[in-house]
Amino acid sequence: MNPRTLQRIALAVFRDSVRDRVLYNLAGFALLVIGASFLIGQLTAGQDVKIIKDLGLAAMSVFGLFIAVFIGIGLVSKEVERRSIYSLVSKPVRRSEVVVGKYLGLVLTIAVNLAVMAVVWYVVLGYMSWVENEFFKQGWEAPATDPRMLRAVYLIFVQLMLVIAIALFFSTFSSPLLSAVLTFGLYVAGHFSADLKNFDVAVGDSPVRYITTALYYVLPNMAAFDVKNAVVHAQPVPAGYLLTTTAYGLSYIVVLVAAGVWIFSRRDFK
Amino acid sequence: MSQGPRAGLLATLVVAGLVASIGLQVARERWYPQVGSPVDELYFTSGDAVGRLALSYKSLLADVYWIRAIQYFAATRLQHRPIIGDDLLYPLLDVTTTLDPAFNIAYRFGAIFLAENRRSSLGRPELAVKLLDKGTAQNPHKWQYLYDKAFVYYWYFGDPKTAAHWFGEAARVPDSPEWMPGLAAYMLAQGGDRSSSRFLFSQIYETAEHEYMRDMAAFRLRQLDALDLIDQLNMLLERYERETGEPALTWEPLVRRGMLRGVPTDPSGTPFVIDPLTSRATVSTDSEYYPLPTEPPTARPGVTGSAAPPAREPLK
Repeated sequence: MNPRTLQRIALAVFRDSVRDRVLYNLAGFALLVIGASFLIGQLTAGQDVKIIKDLGLAAMSVFGLFIAVFIGIGLVSKEVERRSIYSLVSKPVRRSEVVVGKYLGLVLTIAVNLAVMAVVWYVVLGYMSWVENEFFKQGWEAPATDPRMLRAVYLIFVQLMLVIAIALFFSTFSSPLLSAVLTFGLYVAGHFSADLKNFDVAVGDSPVRYITTALYYVLPNMAAFDVKNAVVHAQPVPAGYLLTTTAYGLSYIVVLVAAGVWIFSRRDFK
Repeated sequence: MSQGPRAGLLATLVVAGLVASIGLQVARERWYPQVGSPVDELYFTSGDAVGRLALSYKSLLADVYWIRAIQYFAATRLQHRPIIGDDLLYPLLDVTTTLDPAFNIAYRFGAIFLAENRRSSLGRPELAVKLLDKGTAQNPHKWQYLYDKAFVYYWYFGDPKTAAHWFGEAARVPDSPEWMPGLAAYMLAQGGDRSSSRFLFSQIYETAEHEYMRDMAAFRLRQLDALDLIDQLNMLLERYERETGEPALTWEPLVRRGMLRGVPTDPSGTPFVIDPLTSRATVSTDSEYYPLPTEPPTARPGVTGSAAPPAREPLK
């Protein structure tokens, strides 16, 4: 794979997403967080900083999820629908470069999005900390602008990279609508994978146990990327946990992108 | 019609429609306030079920339930809105703390919310204890929940012996304040008196994490001041009865005899009254301090312990 070709395709995807007004969500995020910080102060009995932390992390995750899914599902299938794939495959570009380049382009879009959202979020939290009475600040579990919260933002990013890979994988052989349904389905199922692991308690030593255990290891474990609650309460998230979870996410991404490349390479566009 | 006037007409139509819909909404609510008025509902009483549906957004959903709990508390306890159906305060707090088991303030505030019954019969200290037990089970390193539990037993159940036990348990938690064992011993020795109450509320006042807690502690401290004043007034009333042979029904005879400079008032400025049945001083029903708390028997004048409360130290 040629790195320059990958870069060109990735930047084209990023420019496309900017042209499609994807970055408008940043304005929505800023409005949500700033507006909420002014509104909820009266309603939350001193928990406004905690709630802005929760809200910011949840909004980053949700906004990122929607971008990852709704752009991810169109990365390949849109090219096929618009028939622009013909001109693309006729050029001296490998199909693997198309898939990987598009994947990296959307990862870049998500990274820029998350970075800007995180900056806005920290600015709002910094302002809330600045205006708060020193006495009540002593009761906070962690400073408003606790840098350790970036660990949660980082794992949201890795999770979204995985969601993009899932959406891209489905996009290589399915329609956009079905890809969206399947991606969301896998995202939701990924949050329940712990139940599959605990199935043996209910079923005992039956064969079902082996099937559910296998499913537990095969399905992406989305819950592993969720440390939002821990960072908000200043509970430790060890560096080793970040490393192993990142490695887990990356290995899954490699599997999905490789499978996507394989399917896309075998597709006949005549 | 050309483009300009058509756009103007459409804009006018949009604005007029919006104004009309707002006006109709306001009118309907004014004319038919009872029809379709919201009834408090809690669709999910199981925090586990809500947690499942929340995927990885449990913490945010916990915040939503927390805001609902505060609004519910304010509406039913502070604004005295009648409760239709079951009281939802405990279920709301239960769901909140199931969704976010480390939601510290939901346990501490929630316990006060549940136990507090300043002017109503909605105080449920047993549910406050249940919530704090849940907090301790989830966060065994938090001495604060055991301390709060002891406080609930002391103040709301009027049970200083059990309170002393839980102060002792709080003292056993690593990193608990150094004054905690002294408080447990003091409570056990004295059985609780007004100085213990004053000490406890002073602690809450000085370490409160929110204005509401601080205000509540300040309010209780002023109630204790009122009780001190009532003790002094009762001594005067007893003296008057001894000297004249008949009980005073108003303050005027005492003022005329020079025993008082004027009609005595409580810390809010509302005149104290004399209960015609017992001939003892008390706060007026118009006073913001009414009703006064019921004190443990040992806290009443004449049975107060002599030992001083342990020295205060700031919370770490």
